[in-house]
Amino acid sequence: MPKLKIEDLDKIVDQQKKTTSLRDGAGRVKITVHMGTCGISAGARKIMAEVMRCVEESGASDIIVTTSGCAGLCSREPMMTVEVIEQAPVKYVDLDKKKVKEIFDEHVMKGSIVEDYALARGGEQTL
Amino acid sequence: MSATLNKNVGEKSPVGKELSSYRMHLMLCAGTDCVSGGSYQIKDALERELAKHELTDEVAVVMTGCYGFCPHGPIMVVQPDGIFYQHLSEKDIPHLVEEHMLKGRPVEKLMYTPPAEKFAVPKISEIGFFKKQRLLALRNRGLIDPEVIEEYIARDGYKALAKVLTEMKPEEVVQVMVASGLRGRGGGGFPTGIKWKNCREAPGELKYVVCNADEGDPGAYMDRTIIEGDPHSMLEGMAIAAYAIGSSKGYIYIRHEYPLALERLKKAIADAREYGLLGKNIFDRGFDFDVIIHQGAGAFVCGESTALMASMEGRPGEPRAKYIHTVEHGLWDRPTNLNNVETYANVPLIILRGVKWFTSIGTGDVTDNPWGGSKGTKVFSLVGKVQNTGLVEVPMGISLREIIFDIGGGIPNGKKFKAVQTGGPSGGVIPEDLLDLPVDFDQLTKVGSMMGSGGMIVMDEDDCMVDIARYFIDFLVGESCGKCVPCREGLTQISRMLNDICSGQAQKGVLKLLERTCNTVASCSLCALGGSAPNPVLSTLRYFRDEYDAHVKHKKCPAGLCKDLITYYIDAKKCNGCMLCARECPQNAIEGEKKKPHKINTDLCIKCGICRDVCNQDAVFVR
Repeated sequence: MPKLKIEDLDKIVDQQKKTTSLRDGAGRVKITVHMGTCGISAGARKIMAEVMRCVEESGASDIIVTTSGCAGLCSREPMMTVEVIEQAPVKYVDLDKKKVKEIFDEHVMKGSIVEDYALARGGEQTL
Repeated sequence: MSATLNKNVGEKSPVGKELSSYRMHLMLCAGTDCVSGGSYQIKDALERELAKHELTDEVAVVMTGCYGFCPHGPIMVVQPDGIFYQHLSEKDIPHLVEEHMLKGRPVEKLMYTPPAEKFAVPKISEIGFFKKQRLLALRNRGLIDPEVIEEYIARDGYKALAKVLTEMKPEEVVQVMVASGLRGRGGGGFPTGIKWKNCREAPGELKYVVCNADEGDPGAYMDRTIIEGDPHSMLEGMAIAAYAIGSSKGYIYIRHEYPLALERLKKAIADAREYGLLGKNIFDRGFDFDVIIHQGAGAFVCGESTALMASMEGRPGEPRAKYIHTVEHGLWDRPTNLNNVETYANVPLIILRGVKWFTSIGTGDVTDNPWGGSKGTKVFSLVGKVQNTGLVEVPMGISLREIIFDIGGGIPNGKKFKAVQTGGPSGGVIPEDLLDLPVDFDQLTKVGSMMGSGGMIVMDEDDCMVDIARYFIDFLVGESCGKCVPCREGLTQISRMLNDICSGQAQKGVLKLLERTCNTVASCSLCALGGSAPNPVLSTLRYFRDEYDAHVKHKKCPAGLCKDLITYYIDAKKCNGCMLCARECPQNAIEGEKKKPHKINTDLCIKCGICRDVCNQDAVFVR
């Protein structure tokens, strides 16, 4: 990586939009597994492995899988956020491998939210 | 969402005209995501186009807070129609203004299309846990990959550093921090700007910036979460502090017990170095800054500023007298600025969004006196007997009731709320009748507790207040460094008295002695550990004196928790003789025949409570 100049910050902003934002990028769905200490101790690594397995099994190439930190509600970990393009992100809680598979098949592949495991849709109020 | 809208309607617009006299309001989101997506360019374009069509007097452009719909930004809501436009860009505006604002035809292709089916899944803004939170220090939580520096940059990361290096003199940065009224989030609540100012003005060529990530309070983990989830926000804050005070070297003192945070921090520092955001000549502005990680060995007292510095120098972690200020004689006797993780994480935001914005959140007035209020937000670790445990970030001034009941969802299992302990082990216990207390630095201190690092432990009717005090004092006895007598000996005596009270061996008059010892320890200890250590005892004595009296005078524990003061018994009327308890009892202390009431042999009983847990008839009681 070269040393950044101030104007490079905006370039990175634009590049990032292409890779992480669904609207400008190639992705159709973004799956975020929340991997804070709380998530990991509740089994987020297994959840991640299952997500990766599901993606591989489906052969889909338009799914972005990423990690993030604690989502705040530690008592409901493991958590993951599924965002389908043009739709509000949905937070799923108290996950296990079976639920992940179901969410993947129903929400990620077919676009219908698995209400039983979903906590909420939308993003948090920041700033 | 409606709350945000209502708040803005009726406020004065920039031109001084009442908003209600406009026929249309364009509520444009000014949250970080939308701003980095170009909200302000859109605002300019809107105003330009509105002026072109001579609509300026009829249509108002209002910048609002975040709608929480960030992935769809930039977002604009047109009122009164309530039409929701998403993914706006500057080039959409001429068409939009002409069609919708002039001709009254909403532009469908820019509208948010709600998914066709009805959802049973609520919006995040409808969920109590998220609704009342306001994320500043945790602004990127769950949104970015903490190991990818570009994702931080994409959410306005390092822009504040660029801003101070290009547009501001170090003195101006200090002035902004003083005016912001930001107070130390590690517990002390000392105004950050004043600390920076003193450190800047302290004589000496070589100065240090230190980050206190030695989060030792049991039950508090906001600093860990910030480092794990958004490490660059803290690094950027440190770099800004370094520029402001004239330092080029930083240290991060992090607990050994935080392996994941450490790993992510290392990655963040390496990435920042690669990009030249740490190191020599940052952004080619002639400013050098780099950081070194120092791992602590897990001593509670090392969260105290001078003990922390002693530990970094390789000496035992012991504090020293406070009249020598660390901003003048800190690490290796150099002027040192020490702030906590959460404090640093707030800094970039204040620089980017300004004093006016920051001081609009929180309590009091800090215009002339940085101690005059508590501005911004505070992250609390909400734990204990509460439905939703987790990290919550709320504006200062919110009530304890809102935090515990609206955000925390109240007490589980239908139990009754008894008290909440704030500020970590040396904080105080706050009873139910003070639940409407607005939470800020000064209010918490006034009722005998403290903000501390933001631990918040909720207790229900099953918790014994004497036992709670004993638990925290025993923790502090173990963590006292032993340097000064009041803390070392005083806490040991307090612990002894509390243990006597809990075991029913306390003599009459013990409470008076207890109170006196507490006051001595509080006023004579060398550092804040001893100074605040008696808080759990003094506050429980103040609010739950009757529980102490019951222990001392009547040898009873009202909560049924202190083992030496209780006996388990089976209510013969309720017991159906299922024999479950008799089978489960590890002491074989329960006698009785099938289908006949059982009895506990108190000589054998060890009061483990297993019988009560397994009983299907709720026939086991404590007296």
